Amino acid sequence: MTKKTLFDKLWNSHTVSDLGGGVALLYIDRIFLHERTGSISLIGLKDRGRKVAKPEKVFCTMDHIVDTVPGRTDDTTMQGGREFIELTRMATKKEGIRLFDIGDQAQGIVHVISPEQGIILPGLTLVCPDSHTCTQGAFGALAWGIGSTEAEQALATDVLRVKKPRTMLVRFEGELSVGVTAKDMMLHLISKYSASGAVGYAVEFAGSAVSPLSMESRMTLCNMAVEFGAFTGMISVDQKTVDFIEGRPFAPKGDLWDQAKKNWQDLKSDYGAKFDNEIVIDASKISTTVSWGTSPGQSISLNEIIPSPKSFKDQNKKIAAENAQKYMAVKPETWLHELTIDAAFIGSCTNSRLTDLRRVSYILKGRKVAQGVRAICVPGSTKVKEEAEAEGLDHIFIEAGFEWRESGCSMCFFAGGESFGFQERVISSTNRNFEGRQGLETRTHIASPETVAASAIAGYICAAKDLENV
Amino acid sequence: MEGFKKIISKAIPLLRINVNTDAIIPSREMKQVSKQGLSRGLFAGWRYKLNQRREPNPDFILNDTAYKDAQILLSGDNFGCGSSREHAVWALHEYGIRVIIAPSFGDIFYKNCIRNGILPILLSEQDISQLSDNEHKITLDNQMINDEISFEIAPADKKMLVDGLDDIELNLKHTSDIRLWENNDRMKRPWAYLSKLK
Ligand code: SF4
Repeated sequence: MTKKTLFDKLWNSHTVSDLGGGVALLYIDRIFLHERTGSISLIGLKDRGRKVAKPEKVFCTMDHIVDTVPGRTDDTTMQGGREFIELTRMATKKEGIRLFDIGDQAQGIVHVISPEQGIILPGLTLVCPDSHTCTQGAFGALAWGIGSTEAEQALATDVLRVKKPRTMLVRFEGELSVGVTAKDMMLHLISKYSASGAVGYAVEFAGSAVSPLSMESRMTLCNMAVEFGAFTGMISVDQKTVDFIEGRPFAPKGDLWDQAKKNWQDLKSDYGAKFDNEIVIDASKISTTVSWGTSPGQSISLNEIIPSPKSFKDQNKKIAAENAQKYMAVKPETWLHELTIDAAFIGSCTNSRLTDLRRVSYILKGRKVAQGVRAICVPGSTKVKEEAEAEGLDHIFIEAGFEWRESGCSMCFFAGGESFGFQERVISSTNRNFEGRQGLETRTHIASPETVAASAIAGYICAAKDLENV
Repeated sequence: MEGFKKIISKAIPLLRINVNTDAIIPSREMKQVSKQGLSRGLFAGWRYKLNQRREPNPDFILNDTAYKDAQILLSGDNFGCGSSREHAVWALHEYGIRVIIAPSFGDIFYKNCIRNGILPILLSEQDISQLSDNEHKITLDNQMINDEISFEIAPADKKMLVDGLDDIELNLKHTSDIRLWENNDRMKRPWAYLSKLK
C-alpha cells in the first residue's frame, strides 16, 4: 500500500470527480460565514435566484463588524455597520442558517467558535470566506479560506472546484525554550522562509516540538499558515484532538461518536509518506520573536538587531525593508527593545483563547500597565470570556489596567470605526502587521500574547523574562 | 461575467513584493454590502495623500498620467496575499485592470481573479523586468504576451475566463455524481452529516 500524507487522505476522501489538470470537484462538509464577507455571498446567491442546498451544514457568526465595547448594539462605530448586521440576520433567517448573533452564548470569532462548538471535526472539509480558516486544520481537517463567489458556489452546490496544492511538511524538532510559544515558532519560520515561502502548498506541521502543544497552540500554528502563503495548514490527529472535540455541542454523540473516533484514527500522515517539500526547524533555537516591518516575514528575535536594508541581497527585499522601516519609523541596526509603545492589544483568532488569557494573567498578576499605554483584551468568543470571568481572569486584566471587552475581531483590523491612533505604535497578538491594518498609519508589531503583556507593563517592547528588571 | 477578450495596453509597474489585499482595498473602504463602488478605494493608502481629502499622491504609480486607463498591472512576488476579501478583485476590475502579471500570487486572490474576469499571469521576475514600457498585447487563446512570451494557466481556469462561466452552472452539471457520492459517503461517515434543522 502506498504511504499517504494526511492531506492526500483528506483530498482523496472528498473527491467527487477528477476534472483533469490537477483540478477536482471536492465535497464540502461545513460552510462558515461571517457578517463581513458572508453577507455578500448570501445576497449574491439570492440575486442569482439560488438557494442554500443544505442549511444544516452552514453556520454564521457576527464577529468582524460588531463592536466589542460592553453594552454593544446593532449600531457600530464603523459607519454603515448596521447594514451588514441586519442583512446578515435577515439572510440567514430566510435561508434557515444557524446564526451566532450578538448576545448568543456561542458568539465569537469564527475560527475560535467553530472548534469550540465542535463544528469543525477531524476529517471534514470546511470553507469560509475568510483567509484564516486554515486555523481549523489543527484538527486534522481540510479547512481553507475562499472568496465570496466561491462561497456562493459551495452554498448552492455542496462542492468546489479546487486545484490540488503541493504538500509541504514543516517539522519543528527539539525542545522549545521556556517562554517560547507557537506564535514565536511561526514568526521564526516565516522570517526564515519568507511570507511567500509556502505559496501553492498545503502545509502539515509536525515534529517533537509540535506534538506536546495544546490544541489552542496548534491552532495558532495553523492560523499563521496563510501568512506563510500556504493554501492551508494542518496537523495530524492524536488523542489530544479527539479529547478536545468530545462532548462539544455539534460533535457526534453515542454510536456516531464511536464510529467517528474509529474513522479518525487513520487521519495522520503515514510514516515515510512523501511530501513535495520538507523544512526542518531546530525548535531549541527559537526565541521570543517580534515583527519590525509590515509583513510577518519581517520579524526578528529580540536578541537580534533590526536588519539594515543593505543586508538583503535580493533587491526586492531590500526595497521592501526600506519602505517598511520608513513606515514603521524604525532604524536599521537598532534593537526592538528601544521602541516605546502607545498601545497593546490581546485578541484575534491567532491568540485569544482561554489558555492564551491564562498565560497572560500570570504575567499581569500584581503588575500595572505602564503609564500612557492603552491596553485592550478582547476574548475570542463569548464562551472564552465567560470561562475567563469564572476563573477571575478579568479582574487580573482590569486591575493591571487592561480594558476587558466583548468578543469579536475588534481592532485586529481597522474597518473605519474604532482604531489605534495615527502613527501609534502597537504591540499586538494578532497575525497581520500590514500598513494601516489597525488604523491609519498605525505601526503594528506582532508578537505572542506573553510578549504583548510584558511590553504593556514595561512600556517598551520586551519579552516576559525581561520583566524582572523593570 | 463577460468572457475575457484580447487586451492591448500599457502595463503599470507596481514593482513591490507582498502587496496584500489590505493594501489593494483597505477595510475602511468596504463600507457597504456591495461589490460596486470599490474602485475609489483601490490602493487608497498609497494613492491618496494622508489629509483625508483624497488628494492624489503624485509619487504613486497609479497617479502617473502615463498609465491612465492602463489595463495591465505588473507586480512582485506574492501579489494579493493576506485577507480573502474578494473586494480587492472587484475594486481592480472596476478600476479597469484586466491582467495582473507577477511571479506569484496569494492563493485565494488568484482564484478570485479567475472568477471575476481578471487574468493572473505567472511570469518570472526576470521576464517581468524585461517588459518594455510600451503597449503589450495579451491573448488568452494561445496564452501569449506580445506573441513572444508564453504563459501557463490551468485549462479549467482558462475555460472559465474565456467563457465567463459561472461555477454554479458548471458544478450543477455534476449533480448526479454529487448525489451518488454523497449517498455512498453517508454510509462511510454518518457522523459527518448534521441532522436537518426543524
Ligand atoms: S480576528 Fe482578525 S484575522 Fe481573525 S478573523 Fe477576525 S479580522 Fe480576521
